[in-house]
Amino acid sequence: MNDSPLFQCTEVRKAFPKPDGEDLLVLDGMNLELREGQIVGLLGRSGSGKSTLLRLIAGLAEPSSGHLTYLGQPVAGPARGIAMVFQSFALFPWLTVFENVALGLEAQHLPRPEIRKRSLAAIDLIGLDGFESAYPRELSGGMRQRVGFARALVVHPNILLMDEPFSALDVLTAETLRTDFLDLWAEGRMPIKGVILVTHNIEEAVLMCDRILVFGSNPGRILSEIKVTLPQPRNRLDPSFRELVERIYVEMTARPKGAAAGGRQERFPGLGIGSVLPHVGSNLLSGLLEAVAAAPFNGKADLPEIASDLQMEIDELFPVAETLQLLRFAELEGGDLKLTEDGLAFAHADIDGRKRIFSRHLLTYVPLAAHIRRVLDERASHSARKSRFIDELEDFMNEEAAEQTLRAVVRWARYAEAFAYDDENAMFSLENPT
Amino acid sequence: MKRFEPYVFLRKLASRWDVLAFIVVIGLIAFLGETARGLFAPLTQLKVSPLSLDPVNLPEYAARTTFRMLAALFFSLVFTLTYATWAAKSERAGRLLVPILDILQSVPILGFISITSVFFLSLAPGRVLGAEFAAIFAIFTSQAWNMAFSFYQSLRTVPTELTEAAESFRLSSWMKFWQLEVPFAMPALVWNMMLSMSGGWFFVVASESISVGHSAVALPGVGSYIALAIEQKNLGAIGWAIATMLIVILLYDQLLFRPLVAWVDRFRVEQEPGERVPDSWALTMMRRSRLITAATMAFHAAVLWTSRAGTRTDPHPVDTIDKPKRSFDLFWVCLVILAVVLGLWHIVAVLISNTTLNEALHVCGLAFITMLRVFILIALASIVWVPIGIWVGMRPRAAQIVQPIAQFMAAFPANLLFPIAVYGIVEWKLNPDIYLSPLMILGTQWYILFNIIAGASTIPTEMRYAAANFGVKGWLWWRKVALPAVLPFYVTGAITASGGSWNAAQVAELATWGHTEVRARGLGSYIADAAAADNFHQIVLGVGVMSLFVVIINRLFWRPLYYYAERKYRLT
Repeated sequence: MNDSPLFQCTEVRKAFPKPDGEDLLVLDGMNLELREGQIVGLLGRSGSGKSTLLRLIAGLAEPSSGHLTYLGQPVAGPARGIAMVFQSFALFPWLTVFENVALGLEAQHLPRPEIRKRSLAAIDLIGLDGFESAYPRELSGGMRQRVGFARALVVHPNILLMDEPFSALDVLTAETLRTDFLDLWAEGRMPIKGVILVTHNIEEAVLMCDRILVFGSNPGRILSEIKVTLPQPRNRLDPSFRELVERIYVEMTARPKGAAAGGRQERFPGLGIGSVLPHVGSNLLSGLLEAVAAAPFNGKADLPEIASDLQMEIDELFPVAETLQLLRFAELEGGDLKLTEDGLAFAHADIDGRKRIFSRHLLTYVPLAAHIRRVLDERASHSARKSRFIDELEDFMNEEAAEQTLRAVVRWARYAEAFAYDDENAMFSLENPT
Repeated sequence: MKRFEPYVFLRKLASRWDVLAFIVVIGLIAFLGETARGLFAPLTQLKVSPLSLDPVNLPEYAARTTFRMLAALFFSLVFTLTYATWAAKSERAGRLLVPILDILQSVPILGFISITSVFFLSLAPGRVLGAEFAAIFAIFTSQAWNMAFSFYQSLRTVPTELTEAAESFRLSSWMKFWQLEVPFAMPALVWNMMLSMSGGWFFVVASESISVGHSAVALPGVGSYIALAIEQKNLGAIGWAIATMLIVILLYDQLLFRPLVAWVDRFRVEQEPGERVPDSWALTMMRRSRLITAATMAFHAAVLWTSRAGTRTDPHPVDTIDKPKRSFDLFWVCLVILAVVLGLWHIVAVLISNTTLNEALHVCGLAFITMLRVFILIALASIVWVPIGIWVGMRPRAAQIVQPIAQFMAAFPANLLFPIAVYGIVEWKLNPDIYLSPLMILGTQWYILFNIIAGASTIPTEMRYAAANFGVKGWLWWRKVALPAVLPFYVTGAITASGGSWNAAQVAELATWGHTEVRARGLGSYIADAAAADNFHQIVLGVGVMSLFVVIINRLFWRPLYYYAERKYRLT
């Protein structure tokens, strides 16, 4: 084994310009090293910048500052020797399986017979024999992703980048593909020397990776690094496997250190108007509250347990749990979700009672909702334009996040009957429609 | 069924770029007009090619007309692949190029044919060739803009992951263009080519027989055949011409567009199997024919060969391609200013110095009359076709029969039918101000019909069941179910119909039968008169005012209506 790393990121930072001219920081202080024979997992929720980092590594984007080196050379544009597998497969629908696989070799201007030989070998390796002349639309999702793998492997890359490669597949298909991939990897039948896998699925990360980097959001940064030393093939039911999964849950729900001092747009407790609100509907909120309030949890649930109970992935579960925390209906700590007194009261109340509790919490703990309500109360007309609040929000976040945040508040306020919103005129008001 | 979607990238009502674009376009027209005036002299010697009304000649004439269409289509494609690519790849250029395209789309170029003809006649040494170029250019102007728009739109919406895949496998930009961008844009482009062709037939008929100065240039073709038939008051010959055109369009449809539509189906990115795969006997035949297979293989090989032969550019990271460079920015700003100043200069030179305020007001008044006509006609056509379209669209079997007929009618050049109407008006001494008007919408009303049919057929069955289940019937059903469901489609159809009617006004408001002239007051007849009298500044004035009207109506009326309908009534 070679001593020097295959790939190295040093103090990488990425920011996107906002409309007001300031920068929106999405990645900060990234340090990462990939060594030969390793699978490194980038684990985090959507918006934590892990896909952005993968694109920096692929040479598809440039960092705002910091260094990226591949085999000791700085990365400038897509490097030969780094290939990528995409979440949505990204196959060219007008090319057959064979043509899709051969495309990367055509770009290298190899002689025709060699293109043919290597493409067929890759198709064979990945189990696509007999599908050479099929078009992507004729294939199932699993088969399409196999084409994605064959296309990446055919260029004989040193590093394989995988961007949530199994998340668009159903559970069974994903499991088959993972197992097949790990078998090929263990047997050393693929030309690749190292893998970087982006995922939001904790079990997938523990199942496949040698090292897991847990990402936090706002801005995206590495919270911790976890070494997985369990021998392959790994068993999901193995107690040490479960323990590791639990540990990562705790890691991911830990309150960010120094959040209050940070001054950026954290999502949690004690924020001003400028926090981005998640788009979570009232039905999901009451659903989770009810589930946690009921037996066997009785008000306190272990996150991995309730996730598997409700068949939700962390990417779906976390925003709901965090919204409950934001509204002070629950507390999130140490991988547990514990309901507050009002949370329990909400779960046991009838429709009108729920609306009353929700309204009180919304106007107390969501500063934006309180702000809108105050503006409406103060005005003689009891109405206000949407653009006014959008402008205020855009001081803190980009246009898209501002729209999303306002939509979230409108949704909750409608449920709470705190104020009304007319989409056609883009007006907030206190009146209910006649 | 796919729809033509206007305005996707131009959400704002108007920006300063639109104003600049308008100045550049009208300035260009003024410049052409000015240049053309100086070139009148050699034209007096033009010989009139002898045409014959003998139907035996019609196959040859039809072939030559068709050839012109194909040539124009070729140039439109070349324009599309270059102009739209430039607009999409360079944000700087796009800011001006896209509004220019939008203005060009609204300029009713028909009245301008005689000026461009003079220009082209003077360019080409052989006069017939010059006239051919002029005709092809006229057809080109009716096809190129919306094709370019559709291509631009596709280039801007290539799925990110596909672009990233192409980049990460290090495809050169040339290879990426042919392997990713062009194929991705293909379905929308073919659909727009079909729409363009429909407009093109109208123009080819109008542009083959042009009077320039005191002489007439008549290119052998169906259009000049019909012009001669009008001159000689030969109803029988007009019948022959109409029959020929029906056959030509039918062949075009079967041999060119059906196969194309069936073929581009594979370029759709939605990877689920489509509702119904379009089929075409001609495509099946071509796929099985070795000759065609060899031809497509050759094209594919050429793409690969050119990408091999071309110098490899080192791939850039995707997000750094269009970083503004200051020095170039400055150069670009200067270029835009120069274009605008030249545009203004020509507008001043041609229009302002030759036009009195009274005349300008008079022309605006005429434009109002024509506008009134267009709106009344669209309203009348809507009253007729909306209920019929909804009725047909909800019955799949009926829709299958009517839909191709409606599309066919839209492609048929309505100006071929004008002589029959004019004959009637002359014979029965009808009021031309009223009875010439319907001609404007004769060819364009079908856009309303086939869009409504398409819209009605997308109403989900469950929604209809729900309406039936709750006893929603009669007027309530129309108000709450049918009309809202088809509104987005209706607006699309009405926009196309309205644009086409403005153009048709220039032919419809002034018609002849032998030596009898029938005239309706309006901007169309003003432009037609100016063209006949070779009064180039009147032509520019007329076309300019008409463009202004069309642009303003689009921005103030159709575009907001389109967004409103899209937002509120689009069934997803």
